[in-house]
Amino acid sequence: MKLNFSGLESSAPLYGGSNELLCDGFSAAPSFDLPVTSDFDGFQKNSIQMVKPAKGTTTLAFIFKEGVMVAADSRASMGGYISSQSVKKIIEINPYMLGTMAGGAADCQFWHRNLGIKCRLHELANKRRISVTGASKLLANILYSYRGMGLSVGTMIAGWDEKGPGLYYVDSEGGRLKGTKFSVGSGSPYAYGVLDSGYKYDLTVDEAAELARRAIYHATFRDGASGGVASVYHVGPNGWTKLSGDDVGELHYSYYPVEPAVVEQEMTEAVAA
Amino acid sequence: MTKEHANWSPYDNNGGTCVAIAGADYCVIAADTRMSTGYSILTRDYSKICKLADKSYMASSGFQADVKALQKVLSSRHLIYQHQHNKQMSCPAMAQLLSNTLYYKRFFPYYAFNVLGGLDSEGKGCVFTYDAVGSYERVGYSAQGSGATLITPFLDNQLKSPSPLLLPAKDAVTPLSEAEAVDLVKTCFASATERDIYTGDSVEIIILNAKGVRSETEQLRKD
Repeated sequence: MKLNFSGLESSAPLYGGSNELLCDGFSAAPSFDLPVTSDFDGFQKNSIQMVKPAKGTTTLAFIFKEGVMVAADSRASMGGYISSQSVKKIIEINPYMLGTMAGGAADCQFWHRNLGIKCRLHELANKRRISVTGASKLLANILYSYRGMGLSVGTMIAGWDEKGPGLYYVDSEGGRLKGTKFSVGSGSPYAYGVLDSGYKYDLTVDEAAELARRAIYHATFRDGASGGVASVYHVGPNGWTKLSGDDVGELHYSYYPVEPAVVEQEMTEAVAA
Repeated sequence: MTKEHANWSPYDNNGGTCVAIAGADYCVIAADTRMSTGYSILTRDYSKICKLADKSYMASSGFQADVKALQKVLSSRHLIYQHQHNKQMSCPAMAQLLSNTLYYKRFFPYYAFNVLGGLDSEGKGCVFTYDAVGSYERVGYSAQGSGATLITPFLDNQLKSPSPLLLPAKDAVTPLSEAEAVDLVKTCFASATERDIYTGDSVEIIILNAKGVRSETEQLRKD
């Protein structure tokens, strides 16, 4: 079966390749060395096993009257081992656009940074900011060209452009969906439960933030692969602001404080005769 | 239809453990010096630490041939940077370069688990921890390699730096003094050596601070 490598081709020579690419224009997609093997799929499968991207996560985003609310946990797991409790899963693409990270950490970090670069080049070339529609399309097209090669990206692009608040879901299968409410990751079913029951378009910023925080908290409570710190960001007409970052362990005791048990009968030491 | 499996793998694991701890004005980077393959020890005094810049040291465990290639790529990129900018690369800049270098081999990865330690432009200690394909974050301390699962819980208990994601922000660097941190690192390796067959022989410790860099070696169990 002839594999489609058109997305990987670049005019740069093989050796000087990576140096030139990092210094020159970024219009061509970076080219990647491929292993020379007859069993490319099998090699990829084994490489992926070795790399073991972190998949457990909970991220969510929703549009409401005041803009977009974006929230995520911060746990990275490799199989059953927690490799980090402080991963930044909400990536700041530029001052008015955010991306969330789910799936392979390196894939998300690299391609979001690449997207930020492309957005900046668009601004310089067109003298105006790129729309959320445009930015999500750029990312989706890149991911589609690497389809089947083992990238693992489940991201939401949230921003505020001339059309108002915008939210898209983009994944490494090449899918791109416009929507008003999304949750991605192993904890997403739990987050959807809380989100769906509490959502109204007319929430205030504080109410929406609390809804997002609760949804992440409940997902971390029930999903072993989610945990750490629940971060909540708001995207408004002037860009994004980070509203809160709370350790979910502490959130638990603030939502469900431990009442000291009422003592009915207290046993006292028998007085020595 | 049974798929034919390759009877040769381009990768090998040479074992070993690396640790780095960031302080208020220092950074400690340490790695054991045992290099093994399977159940055999290839050598007892192999350095896994490489100086990438005046204020950036990288310790890597995993497949040492890939580590050596990675070190060469980064050193030569740093040399080019020095020619073009007439200054040394800062540690956060080197951290981004390492991440991109690792990701460029996303489909044929460097089997290297890296920890980058150094001083940032304010003189504060910084430690960056990586996975094999380049995802990274700045942390207060980190361990990578075969003994990482033994050392990390111990460091969590002793150092537990608050997450940099908390708002209002709390500083991630440890309040320990330099001497206490070096002692802690020696304790980590002594414990890891007891329970990990790939860690031992001796530990090479690099201490970076405003005055410069110094190196210490501590002997470990050789069995």
